[in-house]
Amino acid sequence: MANAPDVGLIRSMAAQMRLDVVEMIAKAGSGHPGGSLSAADIVAALYFGVMKHDPADPSWEGRDRFVLSKGHAAPVLYAALAESGYIDREHLGTLRKLGSILQGHPDSKKVPGVEVSTGSLGQGLSISNGIALGLKLDRSASRVFCLMGDGELQEGQVWEAAMFAAHHGVDNLVAIVDHNGLQIDGACSDVMCLGDVEAKFGAFGWRTIIADGHDVEALLRAFEAAETALGGGVPVVIVCSTVKGKGVSFMEGNAGWHGKAPNADETQRAVAELTAVLEKEAARG
Amino acid sequence: MGDKATRAAFGETLNDLVADGFDIVAVEADLSKSTTTATFQEANPERFFNAGIAEANMVGVAAGLAVAGKIAFTGSFAVFATGRAYDQVRNTVCYSDLNVKLAPTHSGITVGPDGGSHQMIEDIALMRVLPGMRVLVPADYNSAKSALRLAAEASGPFYIRLGRVGVPQVYAADFKLELGKAYVLREGADVTLAACGVMVAEALQAAELLAVQGISAEVIDVASVKPLDVETLVGSVRKTGRVVTCEEHSIIGGLGSAIAELLGEAYPVPLRRVGVKDVFGTSGEPDELMVYFGLTALDIVTSARELLE
Repeated sequence: MANAPDVGLIRSMAAQMRLDVVEMIAKAGSGHPGGSLSAADIVAALYFGVMKHDPADPSWEGRDRFVLSKGHAAPVLYAALAESGYIDREHLGTLRKLGSILQGHPDSKKVPGVEVSTGSLGQGLSISNGIALGLKLDRSASRVFCLMGDGELQEGQVWEAAMFAAHHGVDNLVAIVDHNGLQIDGACSDVMCLGDVEAKFGAFGWRTIIADGHDVEALLRAFEAAETALGGGVPVVIVCSTVKGKGVSFMEGNAGWHGKAPNADETQRAVAELTAVLEKEAARG
Repeated sequence: MGDKATRAAFGETLNDLVADGFDIVAVEADLSKSTTTATFQEANPERFFNAGIAEANMVGVAAGLAVAGKIAFTGSFAVFATGRAYDQVRNTVCYSDLNVKLAPTHSGITVGPDGGSHQMIEDIALMRVLPGMRVLVPADYNSAKSALRLAAEASGPFYIRLGRVGVPQVYAADFKLELGKAYVLREGADVTLAACGVMVAEALQAAELLAVQGISAEVIDVASVKPLDVETLVGSVRKTGRVVTCEEHSIIGGLGSAIAELLGEAYPVPLRRVGVKDVFGTSGEPDELMVYFGLTALDIVTSARELLE
């Protein structure tokens, strides 16, 4: 972390990104609001407080790398890229449309700031391992941040990657789990129980940190603890407890909003709720 | 079966490439001695990463290394690197157009005694359909060295199909394989024998046998299965009017299919496919299996004669 992060800015940005997410998915007529909203505070903390990056120079060598392993949360990444200046905000209205750079899942060939295409779950941690090792070979001080969903942890490849990171001492990597407890078919505990996520990573040799994924100050403390642990020979994971659909009352905690666009009436209600939060943050700021 | 195996080129060529200044890394899945990436590990330990028995992660890690600017080669056996890690190759390597070079060994039935579970005869098909993937099937050790270097020099995904057993030398040590180029190894007028990998040597032998019978066969090494050398292949069948494709692979989806697709549109001629006929492999010695699956020079001769009758 460079300077002390601006908590107010991150909160405002998270509120704005939630609004962007709902509006772009509503306009697209399809998409994944639930997991985009649950990750909004985490992504805002990364892009507006934690990561070293330069939107004017997306391939700046000294940048930290972000990998959105849960690629279906593309809208929240696109919102962060638009709000930080990688892409023009006008693109947000083209999400999922023919000819748009904003594909249903992130395409690194099309969007500046997207390091690698994702969407097929369970692959981001392996990719992040590779990026982190490549950075180490180049004696780079850059870090890699990999955001995963919790349902995604059901993919076996995640645990191949977890084993690999510990074995190879990938200590310039921070994995983040957006632990909202829900997946398409319902509660993770009903579909395929994840058990104790933190204990599992711990057993694989990771340094583990837990945080409230919607409390910006708690998130920043967690990232600071991660920062301190980096370079210590072990990879670090932050397990964030979150609420799927966070910020839109009727979406919160409802698996039905994993991959469904709101209709006109629902969009209006969601926008009203999120605008109120945004205004509150602006007044506070 | 012959001289050096194509896999023998793998580790040592990677070492040569590093010595020549290429930013090469290799990710292996517990088969470094078999694939010869152990040779690379020995000389370049900091550039070698073993993923253990975890091929999906192997390909994912290689993809990440490529994102970080490295030229990333992967090892393992053809059956695992393409089959088990298919989604990783498709959705991460090819969809992101990454600089990952898959060069698994132990392709085809010449794996031998390990049997059908380990004899990969669908890999050319699986790799060929991926947008952006280039597919090279070298005929001998020297061609394999050149194929590996070519893949390192060119940007983007490559599949280089390497084999376990020794194969007869076809090319001189200074051979330079070019992407999208097929090599006319013997000129002929009556039938074209289009082969790749270990079948190139069989096709050359078949041409000798056919010559004795008064049949003039043109032998083409189609080392670049994707992209194909349209000009050379179409030019040859324009002259001969018939073609036998020869591959140590299923007759479905591989070289035979690629050439049938090409000629079906560009210049239809009678065609026979010598290859494994939609069955799995089985245990046996490589030479026995070549006979068992109908992949010898004599089988090529039979197919060529059918076309001429």
